[in-house]
Order: sequence, then structure tokens, then C-alpha cells
Amino acid sequence: MNDQDIITRLNSVFRDVFDDDSLSVNENTTSADIEDWDSIEHINLISAVEDEFSMQFRMREVSGMKNVGEMIAIIKERGQ
Amino acid sequence: MKELEFPFDSRYIMRHRRGIKKQLLADGSERIKVRIAVLGGSTTNDIVSAMELFLLDSGIEPAFWQSEYNRFYEDAVFGNESLESFRPDVIYIHTTSCNLKYIPDDPNETEDDIKQRLEMQTSILKQVWTSLAKNFGVPIIQNNFELPLYRHTGSYDRWGITGRSAFIDRMNLAVSEYARNCHGFYVNDINYLSAAVGLEKWHDPDSWFLYKYAMNIDVIPDLAYSTVCIIRSLYGKNKKAVALDLDNTLWGGVIGDDGQEGIEIGEETAEGESYSMLQNWLRTYKKYGILLTVCSKNDAENALLGLEHPSSILRPDDFASIKANWQPKSENIEASAAELGLLPESFIFVDDNPAECDIVSSQLPSVRTIEASSVKDTLYRLSRSSWFEVTDLSGDDLVRNEMYAANAKRQAMQKQFTNYTDYLLSLNMHAEIADFTPVFLPRITQLTNKSNQFNLTTRRYTSKEMEDISRSSDRIRLCGSLTDKFGDNGIVSVIIGRCEKETLHVELWLMSCRVLKRDMEYAMLDELVHQCIRRGISRIMGYYYKTEKNSMVAELYGDLGFTLLNKSENGSSVWNLDLDTYENKNKVIKVNEKEKIYE
Repeated sequence: MNDQDIITRLNSVFRDVFDDDSLSVNENTTSADIEDWDSIEHINLISAVEDEFSMQFRMREVSGMKNVGEMIAIIKERGQ
Repeated sequence: MKELEFPFDSRYIMRHRRGIKKQLLADGSERIKVRIAVLGGSTTNDIVSAMELFLLDSGIEPAFWQSEYNRFYEDAVFGNESLESFRPDVIYIHTTSCNLKYIPDDPNETEDDIKQRLEMQTSILKQVWTSLAKNFGVPIIQNNFELPLYRHTGSYDRWGITGRSAFIDRMNLAVSEYARNCHGFYVNDINYLSAAVGLEKWHDPDSWFLYKYAMNIDVIPDLAYSTVCIIRSLYGKNKKAVALDLDNTLWGGVIGDDGQEGIEIGEETAEGESYSMLQNWLRTYKKYGILLTVCSKNDAENALLGLEHPSSILRPDDFASIKANWQPKSENIEASAAELGLLPESFIFVDDNPAECDIVSSQLPSVRTIEASSVKDTLYRLSRSSWFEVTDLSGDDLVRNEMYAANAKRQAMQKQFTNYTDYLLSLNMHAEIADFTPVFLPRITQLTNKSNQFNLTTRRYTSKEMEDISRSSDRIRLCGSLTDKFGDNGIVSVIIGRCEKETLHVELWLMSCRVLKRDMEYAMLDELVHQCIRRGISRIMGYYYKTEKNSMVAELYGDLGFTLLNKSENGSSVWNLDLDTYENKNKVIKVNEKEKIYE
């Protein structure tokens, strides 16, 4: 799985969760870039990403993730 | 919406919830607005968003208020201004075993110590319940408690006096007992739900550490659905009838091909035994007041032949309506609905043939369909979709099937008369029409919230609002019950009018469809006019608010001699009746005579 595959699939998760087909995420995207991405929606987002890539984030990763780039790095390591 | 019907894909729902919500809101259907306060002992945000979807899908548009994290006790007992100004219609207390602060943790404690813990724990909850009941007087839904996943002592945790599982068992008994003795208090059985889902899946300590969710995020839709089943039952959204296919649904095989001796039902074969279990299960629904109907592509005599099989548990007279013919099944469901005075939306349709289910869903989207691929699957879907969730098991529900049987007798009798008035007179009808009394308030509220067809304004009232109205001095209230030689129909009609000087505004007038064409509406109006005149009221203003379902009464006021004052573009209308020349309309029902004559 290369970065581009991961970003494509992540994009579809983000678009579903935020119900916005114009969303397009990259490594530098942070919660500040997406209006509805607050701490409540973060939970739902994490769970949808976990489901998409059949993996689980560790607790430390969930609370420490700063941008989509870090998310991609973890998915690359453990995602399917 | 198919995606929200049981069994649903929880992850799909949560991932697409914004899109699903948008789609539901865009369908333009009318929904009851209900204000729900959620008092949580843990995080509730996603529970609320999942509840919202299931409620919208059941014809209820919720507004939510949520307590701050774990403030359920303080908000309930010490009051909270924002909760008070929210004015909830329903309160949901979302607590779980995480909130049992007196749960035992010392094997050296004695039975008395544990009793004391139980008392302290239940008294906290009872404070919450009684102060909410006192301050809001609205239905309260309370979770019971789920078993823990981790146990120190294995099975002993359940049967040893100091075990945590043992403590949870006793707490659950206390909650159930409170509910049985307290009107307007309902238990959300998360103990069952967590077991059905599986405790290993239900519990997820990480969700607690990270987000303070008391369960795995994946099971939140299950929890939300269970809660919504109670709310939709409170608002009259339950189903009332099951339309059943016959061949390979109620028995194995095809009666038309295999003959009576060839179908599988009864204890002889595994398959036959499974169908017996299903029939037995359905017969118990019937005892709870759910109507069973047949909807089968068969010759009528073959259908009866199958139901008269010596081992068949369900007999022809267990069905309120039998449609066995070659018409489209959607038309047969509509015909059964019309016969029983119900709307198709009150039906669940069960058929082993996916194509038939599809046709019914596409023609009658409000009918829920169950593909009966096997008996175990049918039972699973019927039971877990919980469309027969009981909140108020009124005497009325229990005798509903008898009332429909009596209706069938009336119809048979009607055929003996050429003159309809003679038929009505022969029924020997007696009505009691009087002000609301406390004992009838639950039934009045229930009827008010579920009547759709003969309902002029379709106003809905919470129990609390109905209680306020029953004490209001500027209202005229009537509830009418009707008895005839075939039986007692109970309370079948309700009127609420608001007095303003010499005018009465009719805020609510509804009647149960099972007494249509019996002149009960005449008797109700006569009594209303009588009471108006006694209070010096000289005219009655009637309002018809058009909905998708109440076209049957669009011209009621006109037919009763009211004058049309105004008709708006959306079909609603305002009517006036001057009382000085009013003459009684009812000629066939004896009203408010104490003696009742049964044959």
C-alpha cells in the first residue's frame, strides 16, 4: 500500500464522515482545516478509519495525532 | 430507510450518519417533534446522534439536551436551569455499571454490608427518579445495568454475596421493581442488549479511557436503537399487525402442490417442529394484542386447508383477516388494513420470497418487511426489530383481538339489514361520555398520540400536558366509551375544547377507527353542544388540519352542519357552528344511562 492508495481511501472516509464530497486531504491536513472536525467527530472519524483499514490505533496515537500525515504513517505500518 | 432497519450495519451508519440524516430530513414526511433530555453518567454524544437517525426514520423529529459529562445526579436532584428551560417531553437516563459507585470490592464484607451498599446505591437513583418525576412529570427511560467483562473470582462473582455480578443482578431487580410500580418509568434493558451483542464486544475499556464512553463505540447504534424502540412505542409508532405468507413461511412446503398431508408442521420432522415454534411464537404476539393476518398467493380453500392441519397451532379464527388469492400482496395488505381500520404503516409483512418482500416495500414503503429465509431468522428479526415494544400494556391491548372478532360479528349482522339505521339500532349501543377522570388519563393520552385517521387536528400531548389539561378550568373535555351487544370497545373518542368568552375552540377531536359509521361522532357532538350551552357558550369553532392520513375527516365539520369560514391552500380549514338552533343528531346510541345491557 503506497501513500497515494492510503490517501485515496482516507479521502473517501473523510468525505463520508463529514458528508462533504469536495474534501481532499493530504499529509498536512489538520483538524483546523476541516470545520466540523472537533473532538466529538474525531472519535467517529478514528473509528471509521480503523474500520476502513482493519486496524486499531493505540490510545497514545489517538490522542497525539497532529495531522493526516501521522495517520498515514501509522496506517502504512499496520493497516490492511 | 433500509440502512436503519434491524439488523443494521453499525459502522456504516456511524460513518455515513451526516449523509443519512440529510437524506431523512429531505424526504418531506411529517414527523412528531419530541424534546429528549439525555442525562448521562458517561459520554452521550454519539448515542444521541445515532438515536436521532433511528427516530427520524420512525417519524419522530427529536431535539436533544445533554447533561455535562457525568452530571446526571446533580442535574436531576439540584436542578439545572438550561434543562428546565428545555422543557423535555422524555428523559433518558444513560447510566451503566460504570456509575455504580457502591459496587462491592471486598470479599470480607458481610451480607449486611452488601445490603447497605444496595440501599445507598438505589437511594441515589431513586432521588434522581423522584425529583425528575416531580419537576418534569414526563416519561423517564432508565438503563438497567450490564454485567462486567472482567471478574476476579470466575463464576463466584455471580453467586457469592460480595461479587460484582451478584450486586448488578440485585440492582437490576430493584430497577425493574421500581418500574413495575411507577407509571411513566421505563427500563432500557442494556443487560439483555449487552448479552445479545456479547460482553466481549460490548465492553471496550479503551473507549472509556479515551472518550469516557461506557461501551465500545461499535455497539452505540444498538444501544441507541434499543432506546428509540421505547420512545417510538410511547409515541404510538409501534406496529399493530403481522401479515403472514403461508407456504414456506408458516409451514414447510406448498399446500397447493403437496396437499394437507404433505406440508411440514408439527413434531414429526425438524422442519415441522421449527414451524410449530414459529406459530406458537406468533400466537403469543396475538395475546399481547398484535393482530395476525394472512397474505398468501393461494386459493382460499387451500389456505384454510393448511391452517386446519391437525398440527397447526394457528387456526383460521386466529387471524383478523385472511387474504388468500392471486392479487398483488401490497393490495391485499391494503385491503386487510382497511378492513381492520388500520393504516398499512401499522403492518409488518413476513414472506419467504424476497421478490414479494421487494414488491410490498416498493408499493407500500411504510410497511416493514421480513424475509423469512428460515424460522430462526424470522424469529430473530421479528423479535430484535422490537416493533412491539411494550410501554403501557393497557387492558385495551390485551383484548384487541376480541374486539376485532366482535367487529366481524357486527359485519355479519349488518348483512341481515337492508336499512343501516335499523342495523345500528339492533346493536343496542350505549355510550358513556364524560369529563376526563384520572384513571382514564393513560388511555386518553395513548389514544391521542396514536390516532391518525379520524383526527381533526392531530395534536399530540405528553402525559404531563394531558394532566395539566385535565385540571384546566377553561377547557371542556370529553372522553367517550362505547358498548354494544357484542362487547365493550372501551374509550374510543376524545374531544378537548378551549373556552374563550362565548366561543369554544375545538383543539382536539379524534375517534378510534374501529367505531367508524356507528354515529358515535353525533353522540360526542351532542354532548359537547350540551356542555357548551350550560357554560353559556354560543358558538363552536372547528379546525381541520390536513395531514397525510386524516383526509377521512376533511369534510366532517361540513357534514355536521358547520359553516366553512376559511380554507387554506394546504387543505386545512376553519368552521363555525352557532348553537342557538342546534338539534341533537344522535338517534341510535343511548348516552349516559347507567344500566348497560349485555346479551
